[in-house]
Amino acid sequence: MSEARGQPPPPRLTPSAPCAKALPKPHRVTNLSEPLSFQRMILTLHDYWSTRGCLILQPYDMRMGAGTFHPATTLRALGPESWNAAFVQPCRRPTDGRYGENPNRLQHYYQYQVILKPSPPDLQELYLGSLAAIGIDFTKHDIRFVEDDWESPTLGAWGLGWEVWCDGMEVTQFTYFQQMGGYDCKPVAGELTYGLERLAMYIQNKDSVYDLAFNDAGVTYGDVFLENEREMSKWNFEIADTDALFDLFRKAAAECERSLEAKLPIPAYEQAIEASHIFNLLNARGVISVAERQAYIGRVRDLAKGACTAWMEKNGWAA
Amino acid sequence: MGSVTDFLLELRSEEIPARMQEKAREDLARLFAAELDKAGLKAAEVVSYATPRRLALILKGLPEQTAAVSEETKGPRVGAPPQALEGFLRKTGLTADQLVERDGVLFAIVDKPGRATADVLAAAIPAVIRAFPWPKSMRWGAPSLSTESPRWVRPLQGIVALFGSDVVPCEIAGVASGAATVGHRFHHPGVITIGSADDYFEKLRACHVIVDGAERRNIIALGAKMAAQKAGLSLIEDEGLLFENAGLTEWPMPLLGRFDEAFLAVPPEVIQLTARVNQKYFVCRDAAGKLANAFVCVANIDAADGGEKIVAGNQKVLAARLSDARFFYETDLKVKLADQVGKLEKIVFHEKLGTVADKVARVAKLAEWLAAEKIVPNCDPALARRAAELAKADLVTGMVGEFPELQGLMGGYYAAAQGEDPAVAAAIRDHYKPVGQGDDVPTDPVTVAVALADKLDSITQFFGVDLKPSGSKDPFALRRSALGVLAILLDNGLRFPLLRSVSQEVLDFFADRLKVQQREAGVRHDLIDAVFALGGEDDLVRLLARVKALQAFVTTEDGANLLAGYKRAANILKKEEWEAGAVNPAPEPAEAALAAALDAAEPKATAAIEAEQFEDAMAALAILRAPIDAFFDQVTVNDADPAKRAARLGLLARMRDAVHKVADFAKIEG
Repeated sequence: MSEARGQPPPPRLTPSAPCAKALPKPHRVTNLSEPLSFQRMILTLHDYWSTRGCLILQPYDMRMGAGTFHPATTLRALGPESWNAAFVQPCRRPTDGRYGENPNRLQHYYQYQVILKPSPPDLQELYLGSLAAIGIDFTKHDIRFVEDDWESPTLGAWGLGWEVWCDGMEVTQFTYFQQMGGYDCKPVAGELTYGLERLAMYIQNKDSVYDLAFNDAGVTYGDVFLENEREMSKWNFEIADTDALFDLFRKAAAECERSLEAKLPIPAYEQAIEASHIFNLLNARGVISVAERQAYIGRVRDLAKGACTAWMEKNGWAA
Repeated sequence: MGSVTDFLLELRSEEIPARMQEKAREDLARLFAAELDKAGLKAAEVVSYATPRRLALILKGLPEQTAAVSEETKGPRVGAPPQALEGFLRKTGLTADQLVERDGVLFAIVDKPGRATADVLAAAIPAVIRAFPWPKSMRWGAPSLSTESPRWVRPLQGIVALFGSDVVPCEIAGVASGAATVGHRFHHPGVITIGSADDYFEKLRACHVIVDGAERRNIIALGAKMAAQKAGLSLIEDEGLLFENAGLTEWPMPLLGRFDEAFLAVPPEVIQLTARVNQKYFVCRDAAGKLANAFVCVANIDAADGGEKIVAGNQKVLAARLSDARFFYETDLKVKLADQVGKLEKIVFHEKLGTVADKVARVAKLAEWLAAEKIVPNCDPALARRAAELAKADLVTGMVGEFPELQGLMGGYYAAAQGEDPAVAAAIRDHYKPVGQGDDVPTDPVTVAVALADKLDSITQFFGVDLKPSGSKDPFALRRSALGVLAILLDNGLRFPLLRSVSQEVLDFFADRLKVQQREAGVRHDLIDAVFALGGEDDLVRLLARVKALQAFVTTEDGANLLAGYKRAANILKKEEWEAGAVNPAPEPAEAALAAALDAAEPKATAAIEAEQFEDAMAALAILRAPIDAFFDQVTVNDADPAKRAARLGLLARMRDAVHKVADFAKIEG
């Protein structure tokens, strides 16, 4: 499949990574105070998953509602080849905007995504190792795996798994993908989605996301993002030109279809992501009626599934 | 039987959803017993257990071997053609001198020695795993390259299979059986070697795993109660939460936490629901019986700091949840329910039936009518209308958007806070009731009117567009609505001729539901049919009174005999034709006696029925019993004289018609 896309092939990895007991001590920079700052938490996770065989990828440069939309998750969950990757993905959920006034809700936040295909037999231990690496002490904290099955109607995907609780707070979504784009996952991939702000608030014991230490030199999350939340909330809810957005939705859908005709699944998938986000913006502006809503979701699903089908066919995996 | 041995099976996996564990435990025991039964094996005792990470089964008292069996196959007669004998030998794999002769027929007798029980078990384990009826199952790991790979509720991690102290070898999805398992995920993640079924519990207990769910539930129930008591509070018990928390823990540790008293301004149901649904916490009452600002969470570890950090973390999560709830509550309170009603125009009730606003308008009209017509007595029509108009307004509030199960309840709170009449607030709160069997049935008149109107509207509207329940499909829960209507009518004794509001088809639907509903109360469905069959009875309260009187009557000797007499008469009448109105100028004594009895019974029965004194109506019919018996004994109906015959048939028809005043006896079974 890599040849087909003119890129160097990803490294092949053995599915079973080292078990948790063999973990090295988490990387620590000396003379910095505990607990981890937001950026050091990300660096620690990168370090942790990198040493366990994951490619460390960068965020996808498009607006999307969840890390699962990143092609490194969606498209790579399809097909027989091994794939292990970790990355931060900024997520945008326009309806969750609160003009910077709610300490827990943001219209833009970060997810840390890990995808391991096939799912290794010790995935839970690997995951717990990552929590230990960012400073969670299992002798004093209560970690629970609570049933939570995952389904994405827009991606034609579902999986079984849990939400992971730390002292009653959901910190991670843990899923074994069973289907993606309507196709059975062969083999099954394990997906971990950490809510970075929540985890950081927990580790740093902060009641407001804006009070989080972003680095170890006094810069807070609010310094970086508060104004962004204010302005983006205003734009999402009040300013965005809905006529232009409707137009963008139509154009993205059309472009997706043109790309599919040209047998280019990746550009087609990008346009599906675009359409999905435009839909979310229209939704936040309250201009999509209840009756229309299902039709829009169905349209995005068709685009995403079309891209998945094209990807399967291009790689010779479609049955 | 020789010596017996115990078998231990542990299927260890990643966390099994709490709600599935009890059923899985039972399924494991049932499926395994069935597999053994096929091999002729039976354990003296079968017990099974579930924790979040394991299903365990212990079979006590299994023999080492299955019983030897001797299988006999009948062959050809002695002296049959050689081809027949050859064919039989080929089939059985025996030689001629191994056959046994009995009464001139040859038999093949094959002794099958017993199989080693361990072999049966080794084959049963994969068979049970493959056939396991999880509500949802998944594939995982490298084997999932094929969609044929084994499925389990979550990835299977280990199999302990010990017959006595010997490993029963088997392998599923790359997981081989052995004697090794692991203890508690955090307290004892290392390997434990199990010796046999005998030491399984204690070895795991030593590694912080309580295998028996019932024991974990006891620990939680007791620990939570004590934690509340220690704080001077009492725990609000919750069976569902006990099971759920026992399904999330291998070493449960109940811990008491607190939340800010200021949150108690939010309705207690909201706090309880938030704590229960989102966080799986118990809540507590204070000495005065009011909801206290405390909760009990159940941790899965015995924390090094006594649980201090765990409690602090859980308190923080609950506080965030409660502040969301308070935000919704305060925001909702600021908007009058009457002002929310407009938004219902934007919610589609059903594509063929318009919006929720349309439904509200219909229900308001119907509720007002039920009150004005005194079908619901002592009900102010204006209040019924008002309550119905506001009943659905909470659907567009923030709180109900967050917790749909609070519909009605929140509307009730908002209405009361906004100065609506208490009867209106109560009606808004309770108009969905009764939601199921065992739920409270409304008795307050305004609530009764709205609850009845709401349900009748749904049923008649969906029937009107031909969206009726069929078979197992009832997407709009119309059967439940019908049961609700029945419960409201019958519990309150409402005299409601239903055909004033519903079609005959809907009335028949109610009749079906009535049979189902009354079955548990021991009311016979054929008697309900017998009364409905008369036609014209659309008052279910009266109908049921009649059915109950009838049931009491047909179980008496008089009733049973009258029924027999009726059936005999009805059978004769079915086959014959006669001229009505014929009179026999010289009736035989039994004939005259029957006519006299009918003369007496008919007006009595009619009067009693009009007065709704159904027992009296039955008593009136009872006097027919002796005369009808005597008539059949002594009188020949099919007399040669056509006039006599017609008169006698006419008499039987009178008798049949008299009985039909009470019920169509032809529908009565037996």
